[in-house]
Amino acid sequence: MPPIGETSELERINQVIAEYGNNQSALIPVLQQVQEVYHYLPEEILTYVATALNLSPATVYGVATFYAQFSLEAKGKHVVRVCDGTACHVRGSTPVLNAIRKKVGLTAGMKTTGDRQFTVETVSCLGACGLAPAVVIDDRIYGQMTPEAVSIVLDELMKEVD
Amino acid sequence: MSANNNTAVQAATLTINGRPVEINGEKNLLEVVRKAGIDLPTFCYHSELSAFGACRQCLVETEDGRILASCSVPADPGMKIKTHSPRVQRIRKVALELLLANHDRECTTCEKSGVCKLQDLAQRYGIDEVRFGKRDQKMPLDLSSPAIVRNPNRCILCGDCVRMCKEVQGLGILDFANRGASMVVTPAFGRDIADVECVNCGQCAAVCPTGALTVKSEIDQAWAAIYDDSKTVVVQIAPAVRVAVGDAFGLKPGEISLGKLVAALRMIGIDKVFDTSFAADLTVMEETTEFINRLRSGAQLPQFTSCCPAWVKYAEQYYPDMLSNLSSCRSPQQMFGSVAKRYYTKELNIDPKDMYVISVMPCTAKKFEAARPEFSNDGVRDVDLVLTTQEIAHMIKEAGINFAELEEDSLDMPFGFTTGAGVIFGVTGGVAEAVLRAANFLLTGEELQKVAFTEVRGLAGTRAATVDVAGHEVRVAITHTLGEIKALMEKIRKGEEYFDIIEVMACPGGCIGGAGQPGQNTIELRTKRSEGIYRADTRMQLRKAQENPLVQHVYDKWLGQYGSHEAHEALHTQYSGRSRMPGEGISIMQGQSQGEKVDVAVCVGTCCFLKGSTQMLADLTELIDQSGYADQVNLRAAFCLENCAGSASVKVDGKIIGGLTAKKSAVVMQEIMAALRNKKAKVEA
Ligand code: SF4
Ligand code: SF4
Ligand code: FES
Repeated sequence: MPPIGETSELERINQVIAEYGNNQSALIPVLQQVQEVYHYLPEEILTYVATALNLSPATVYGVATFYAQFSLEAKGKHVVRVCDGTACHVRGSTPVLNAIRKKVGLTAGMKTTGDRQFTVETVSCLGACGLAPAVVIDDRIYGQMTPEAVSIVLDELMKEVD
Repeated sequence: MSANNNTAVQAATLTINGRPVEINGEKNLLEVVRKAGIDLPTFCYHSELSAFGACRQCLVETEDGRILASCSVPADPGMKIKTHSPRVQRIRKVALELLLANHDRECTTCEKSGVCKLQDLAQRYGIDEVRFGKRDQKMPLDLSSPAIVRNPNRCILCGDCVRMCKEVQGLGILDFANRGASMVVTPAFGRDIADVECVNCGQCAAVCPTGALTVKSEIDQAWAAIYDDSKTVVVQIAPAVRVAVGDAFGLKPGEISLGKLVAALRMIGIDKVFDTSFAADLTVMEETTEFINRLRSGAQLPQFTSCCPAWVKYAEQYYPDMLSNLSSCRSPQQMFGSVAKRYYTKELNIDPKDMYVISVMPCTAKKFEAARPEFSNDGVRDVDLVLTTQEIAHMIKEAGINFAELEEDSLDMPFGFTTGAGVIFGVTGGVAEAVLRAANFLLTGEELQKVAFTEVRGLAGTRAATVDVAGHEVRVAITHTLGEIKALMEKIRKGEEYFDIIEVMACPGGCIGGAGQPGQNTIELRTKRSEGIYRADTRMQLRKAQENPLVQHVYDKWLGQYGSHEAHEALHTQYSGRSRMPGEGISIMQGQSQGEKVDVAVCVGTCCFLKGSTQMLADLTELIDQSGYADQVNLRAAFCLENCAGSASVKVDGKIIGGLTAKKSAVVMQEIMAALRNKKAKVEA
């Protein structure tokens, strides 16, 4: 596993903590910073934050799990979100999803590939029903996807990965 | 003038169900309603915790048709409320039904059956059907703790445990996580409770209204030992048990029922029944000897008491730098176990493994203490099993014994003879008072006339007194609950307070308020039990530990002098810091070289963090980068290197470097270079 705590990253978190004077009101801004720096909230960093803010780790964990904006799972380098809202579902989002999962090598129950390159999720509605079925990869939206089309998009990405 | 007087004298009132009720400074409407003799149901209200307002049971209806949660509103003069209007009743019932829908309703197999608030209310409100679906997914039980069992399937999310652990114990081990339908009460990161900083005090279980948090039952092991003919089963009864066990059998709260308990234990089949208060007398002699040695030398003061295992674990986790201030004395429970297995077995001419020592304790943390590795010899535990007062009451019921009607029986000898000093260990202030009763004598050889040190008594959270001990002005502090000691420690560390001796008990009221005791753990009940303990003390023929002839006998025969080498072997112990969180910490750099690498860990745990270790870590990273050896170094931030007394600390290839500050990264870098040279030299050789 690659290091999760380059000091420069830990420092960015320390800065936010210092800004609030090690005050408990810093918790949410600090968590936002952690999320931004690491793309998720690693347990070790949350324990560190708890120590620094004089909160119990359980309280920090509680806040971290309450807000949907925070993720406690490590995400891959590329995040693929497949819309499974009504419109997309009807127009075949499930085969698209299955094709993506197969392509990147995810087995049942897994969301992120072992090499941390891809995370595949479903979302309830992307608000792009006109493009159904829609897939968002790293903030770029791809409309009217089919298993074949999405496979080509992923091929491109995987080339970059190598 | 007179008009003014009149209004001042006339108490404010409000109207409850058409009857006027006085308001006398109650902190909320609910307290006034209860004072008026109406038992409004509650799950999430506990008079010693903050109001939460979630369970919707304490509802009342106002004159103008508003529905209020009475726990969360002040009692305003002139208010007119109804406590069981049809609307209130209906809402209350639906709320109850919703709670039941999410609750594992297998009451017959639940430990709390019969003392469960949820069950009680369902009965009171005649809930004969639950219209909402059942929770289909079962969550796993958490059996990791030696003290308590968590069954999340029975949790109604009232948050009582969360607030108890946070507000009273200052720990916050449990909290709400997730939201909506997947909300749970859990330790951090969904871990097992034994893998976090829980100190096993059990107070969360004592307030849980359902069977979601219960005391771990070990009754089966006790029966097995009793029916094992090869074992001599020896029981010790803790001081606080005698004023609480009667509660489980409908006796008056605070009534001393030691004699009945002894009789019941004999009927159950226990071979020898002794009193932990005897061992407490022994503790007084050792702990006072230790204290006057410290007082004479002036070193390592304050001395903290160490008989509460929840406090000991708490100190190991949060004050690892002050562990040498803890009395090295084992607790009375463990002193008893040690004396029984080391010496009493010789007297009986049996092998220690054929003696089975059971403690009857008010406490769940004692289960953890008895299992600590330092209290075993060759795999034989000094105390084989700890049963709480609740569990022993359960066994007595199981055996069909009519406890209330029993004739009193007396304890066995030699460990059944105790003084008042050993008995008051059961209540907050008792250990300090017992030490004060002995200190003058041990210092000068002269006995004081004074026996009762009432200045250290009472149920206030933290109490302080200055007591003259043979010319020394001794500053004594007594605290109970861990939240109180946390606050006091802060003052001591800042130099705002100074004490010579500090008694710490984790449970409210001391052991009488232990989580293993039967009954609702309220301040009223604790007051009754405290009175019972002091009553027991005054009834004793002897009230000072140094007067106990059988304690003297133990010294003469086996231990020698107070504080002797033999006494240290048998009756003392040592402590070590505990890392608060498991895990490797945060990996900062990982050397990519194929060859040998130097492992460097910078502590960012509380003590080191406060000394600026994160700044040092940042500087160190830069230094390593610049050195050109980054590929040969693994660097991580650790949560505790267990060197808190010498913080800030860094570990380089297993070697601890302490006493560092924010600016000392260069020192560490030198060590890293030295370690690298070492490695190279080894490879070349
Ligand atoms: S046993 Fe004590 S420390 Fe552990 S969670 Fe319960 S209240 Fe907190
Ligand atoms: S475990 Fe018990 S006290 Fe804690 S929230 Fe659940 S029901 Fe309430
Ligand atoms: S006691 Fe008032 S809402 Fe629970």
